[in-house]
Amino acid sequence: MSLYRDVTNKPWDQVGLPDGIENKPVFAVSNERLALTVFMIIASVIFSLLLVSYYIRMGIGDWVPMSIPTQVWANTTLLILSSVCLQSAVVFSRKQSTISVVSRAGLSFGIGGLLAVAFVFGQYQVWGLLAETGQGVRSNPANSFFYLLTSVHVAHLLGGLWVWSKSAISLIQGSTSEHFRQTINLCAIYWHFLLVVWIGLFFVLANT
Amino acid sequence: MAYVPLADQDDAHALHDPQTFVTKYIWSQDHKVIAIQYGGVAIFVGLIALGLSIIMRLQLGFPDTFSFIDPAFYYQAVTMHGMIMVIYLLTALFLGGFGNYLIPLMCGTRDMVFPFLNMLSFWFYLLSVLVLLASFFIPGGPTGAGWTLYAPQSISMGTPGYEGGILFMLISLGIFIVAFTMGGLNYVTTILQARTRGLTLMRLPLSIWGIFTATVLGLFAFPALLVSAIMLGFDLILGTSFFMPAMMELGEQSSYDGGSPILFQHLFWFFGHPEVYIVALPAFGLVSDVISTHARKNIFGYRMMVWAIIAIGGLSFMVWAHHMYVSGMNPYFGFFFATTTLIIAVPTALKVYNWVLTLWQGNIRLNTPMLFAIGFIFTFVHGGLTGLFLGNVIIDIPLADTYFVVAHFHMVMGVSPVLVLFAALYHWYPKVTGRMFNETLGKVHFWCTFLGTYAIYLPMHYLGFLGMPRRYFEMGSTDFVPASAQALNANITLAAIFVAIAQILFFVNVFWSLRNGERASGNPWGATTLEWQTPDTPPKHGNWGEELPSVYRWAYDYSVPGHKQDFIPQNEPGEEYEKTHHTAGGHS
Ligand code: HEM
Ligand SMILES: [Cu+2]
Repeated sequence: MSLYRDVTNKPWDQVGLPDGIENKPVFAVSNERLALTVFMIIASVIFSLLLVSYYIRMGIGDWVPMSIPTQVWANTTLLILSSVCLQSAVVFSRKQSTISVVSRAGLSFGIGGLLAVAFVFGQYQVWGLLAETGQGVRSNPANSFFYLLTSVHVAHLLGGLWVWSKSAISLIQGSTSEHFRQTINLCAIYWHFLLVVWIGLFFVLANT
Repeated sequence: MAYVPLADQDDAHALHDPQTFVTKYIWSQDHKVIAIQYGGVAIFVGLIALGLSIIMRLQLGFPDTFSFIDPAFYYQAVTMHGMIMVIYLLTALFLGGFGNYLIPLMCGTRDMVFPFLNMLSFWFYLLSVLVLLASFFIPGGPTGAGWTLYAPQSISMGTPGYEGGILFMLISLGIFIVAFTMGGLNYVTTILQARTRGLTLMRLPLSIWGIFTATVLGLFAFPALLVSAIMLGFDLILGTSFFMPAMMELGEQSSYDGGSPILFQHLFWFFGHPEVYIVALPAFGLVSDVISTHARKNIFGYRMMVWAIIAIGGLSFMVWAHHMYVSGMNPYFGFFFATTTLIIAVPTALKVYNWVLTLWQGNIRLNTPMLFAIGFIFTFVHGGLTGLFLGNVIIDIPLADTYFVVAHFHMVMGVSPVLVLFAALYHWYPKVTGRMFNETLGKVHFWCTFLGTYAIYLPMHYLGFLGMPRRYFEMGSTDFVPASAQALNANITLAAIFVAIAQILFFVNVFWSLRNGERASGNPWGATTLEWQTPDTPPKHGNWGEELPSVYRWAYDYSVPGHKQDFIPQNEPGEEYEKTHHTAGGHS
């Protein structure tokens, strides 16, 4: 492994260009891809810490497991479909030489994002629904955590939608650059990540 | 996506030289300008925090003398002083300031890989500072909960700043974390991916290793602060009970129930302890380079230094509960955390030995940066040793929450990094400004600061042994603290005022030399690392002119036997000849 070799060699014993004339990035991926990966690790840390707090708080005794409204299932379906659309945008974009709004890649990308927007609205409705039925944020620590976890998750999704909307606008204006293919790729990866996070959160929320 | 190395995008003209004043100096995407912006704002808030510390000292040294200091104001000063110094000065100046300036230059790149994100990072940082400072002007003033913001204290009625200060603090921290994340993604990606040809990881100067590892720590640790801030915000605004137990508030039963204050402490210190190394590791890195350069000797045990930095970084996530010995915990936990805490002292001590061994038989030039660097070794050893005491549960319990702890963390995290900051500011000043600073003024500044801080913090250890508690507005009358302690406190205050005033020397020097200093050559210290080899001083936009440098050797070829100069720049090709006789340098 070259990383291992790199950190174990004796730098004072070598003069010259050991790696040849090219500079050697540590990871053979684009900068954006690496930054996204690091960001997803940070986000995982955030969600893990929230879950740790969740379990610690659960042990205190005043915890009443909440009943999850059925609409959450519908929202989850939206998020899954959203991920599917973005993934198909990736697949289509590989086959297309130019990407426009009406192309298959462009359409899947657009619909995928809109489905995510729908998910956000859906979650918002769930919050209202819970509040109306007396299961508001203060009613029980389990409910507090429901609001906390869903809103932090939605906040991450909104970050993704911000990137998505910028690309969608440039797509509509027809001014997509070579970068666009990569943006689709990165959006899809991020979407899948947030989907996995959501399913994990949903599982925990529904079962405890 | 295929990877396109930055070096292949070699065309300097593609970088679009900024034309107008606004794009050049305000909405700038140039890492050097952003670094100076970061540095300027950080030093500015640092001065405010310094002023707040003088207010605290006035109260402690001369109680009942200053009518404008009431208990609430005192606690607000304590809180804002601590938070500003740790986060908005040290973290921002080391990473946002020095990180931004040095990473692209030391790695031989034209800029950070995401310049726009870098610019955003600074503006978010500025916003977080403005929100923080705004809390001074709202009804109720800033929060007085202590920099640790422990729940339930921080969001209970009766705590200064309950009306809004605490909310501003939480929002400001949130914005800061966003800013840090944007900067941090840049630093990590640039260092990992964009280094120029020939610059392997093990050829990086230790400054970069320190900044890199600290950034990674920050990216992992700040989420804990963010999570605790969000949850505390929920408790404050929405009335949830994550951290808030059932309790009486101003004589009435509060609406909270069942929350866990200990959970807050765990989250806070899971951030808080790594945070001290987020500040310390860049300092370790910078000081290594300053020492090696001015001792004209390669750093002793380079690989050990790198591994020590990484080991400290990893271990720093396993010791947090040593801040909570007195909060009550399972004795086995206490044992575990005491053990890890003492283990972390091993790589730390190793670094100290290596600095000293680098000095050993070096050709030491006692100029201003070097004085500050050597001063750092003293203060750091001093603070590190008291840390070993506090790391033992049984010794910590009587000393926790006394001035001994205040002395410990100020030696190790206050004075030491600040000495490194000065060393680094003086060391890189010629590169940043193109002028030399005034050496005499610099030395006077050093001695005033160094001796002055000892006059402040050394007696505090003693006060701690006496049992003088920290975070008290007034001592009142206690049997165990003798009246003479008051005389000591008054003297500490005088020393603190002296040190604060002495900092004027630094600012006079910086601003006077900007116009009147001697013009600096590109490499006035005879240093090896890349930032000293730029075609222009100060470096122009794009840093390297037409062609990026290539790196042929490690960062510490000082006093190589058989070579005409006592240093060989990293980008000098050279032949293999000297390497075979290269054992006199101190490593083996
Ligand atoms: C040799 C390694 C070290 C050990 C064993 C150590 C140990 C400790 C312990 C046990 C405490 C808790 C004391 C108490 O509250 O009762 C403490 C506090 C503290 N330490 Fe260290 N420490 C070490 C190095 C450092 C370094 C390198 C820094 C910063 C650069 C640092 C900064 C702090 C701070 C800021 C606090 C006080 C936080 C607060 O309560 O407000 N320590 N240290
Ligand atoms: Cu600690």
